[in-house]
Amino acid sequence: MSEFLQIIQDNRVQIFSILGSVGLFLFIVHLIQRRKLKEEHSILWLTVFAFFIIISVFRPFLDVLAKLAGIYYAPAALLLFLILGILIILIHYSIIISKLSEQNKNLIQEVALLKEKIQPGKKEDK
Amino acid sequence: MQRLCVIVPAYNEEANIEGVITSLKQVNPAWKVVVVNDGSSDKTAEVAATTGHAVVLSLPCNLGIGGGVQTGFKYANRNDFDIAIQFDGDGQHIASEIPKLIAPILEGTADVVIGSRFLSKSKEGFQSSFVRRFGIHLLGAISHCLVHQRITDSTSGFRAYNRRAIALLSQIYPVDYPEPEAIILLGKNGFRMVEIPVVMQERQGGHSSISGFKSCHYMIKVIVAMFIGSLRPPLPPKAF
Repeated sequence: MSEFLQIIQDNRVQIFSILGSVGLFLFIVHLIQRRKLKEEHSILWLTVFAFFIIISVFRPFLDVLAKLAGIYYAPAALLLFLILGILIILIHYSIIISKLSEQNKNLIQEVALLKEKIQPGKKEDK
Repeated sequence: MQRLCVIVPAYNEEANIEGVITSLKQVNPAWKVVVVNDGSSDKTAEVAATTGHAVVLSLPCNLGIGGGVQTGFKYANRNDFDIAIQFDGDGQHIASEIPKLIAPILEGTADVVIGSRFLSKSKEGFQSSFVRRFGIHLLGAISHCLVHQRITDSTSGFRAYNRRAIALLSQIYPVDYPEPEAIILLGKNGFRMVEIPVVMQERQGGHSSISGFKSCHYMIKVIVAMFIGSLRPPLPPKAF
């Protein structure tokens, strides 16, 4: 029993990161299921969390990646990848916001043009 | 007979808008005056409509000057106008100078004409403050480097556009502080721009949209936008 506790003790980082990434992955799936999140916006989230599940479960894989990046303490690489993942998602959202504001601008202009067109008492010129 | 429309962007200009419309109609009653009311909280739209001499396009939300002016371009494009004038709603531009402004377009020597405060030797009229002039000259130098056309008054909102320019700008127009950026866009797409000297008046009522700390922010934003804008490849010719 104490041996088992020892294993848990030694691998806390791994256990936490597995629980965290699996939990968040399931949470995103749940949100899509309830139609609170559109599939197209969630692919990136799912990819990031899936990647995290992989590197949390297969510790050697993380070690290789950390070595490639020149990071001595492998779990620190987890943080690096987490930050990178979040940055990519943020940029993705900036793109979506820009697209939305462009569409919003076009809609506002269209409303103004149409409002003028349907004005009561407006005489047709041309 | 060339059909001409005057696009007047107006945000909370109830004090000036009537005078602006009347002055335009006095110079030439045949011009179509299109007031773009950019979500004003005052009575700009009502005042403009009661003159009976202007088409009023009321934006349901405030878009900023670029979005407002572009609404005017869309109107001009859809209603087949040959020339569009951009003319501020705050009374700083002078209606009787429009014939001078459109002359190069009518002669076919330019696609876009910009009214400049800094071309005439006499320096009459409103010349803006020293700091602002410095900023404007800096922007002029940058646009000269980027698109190789000399523009002395790159922030001037007193402009005339021909049909091709209207067609392009009704599709793409910078949103926030569009004038210097539009020079890059037009220059990159091979539009011929000329400047003619005009006199401007100090605004008669209301408040300027740029001041103090905001002007610093404005400069940085515009310069970044100009450089990035100059990196964009020209649009395919069928786009306008």
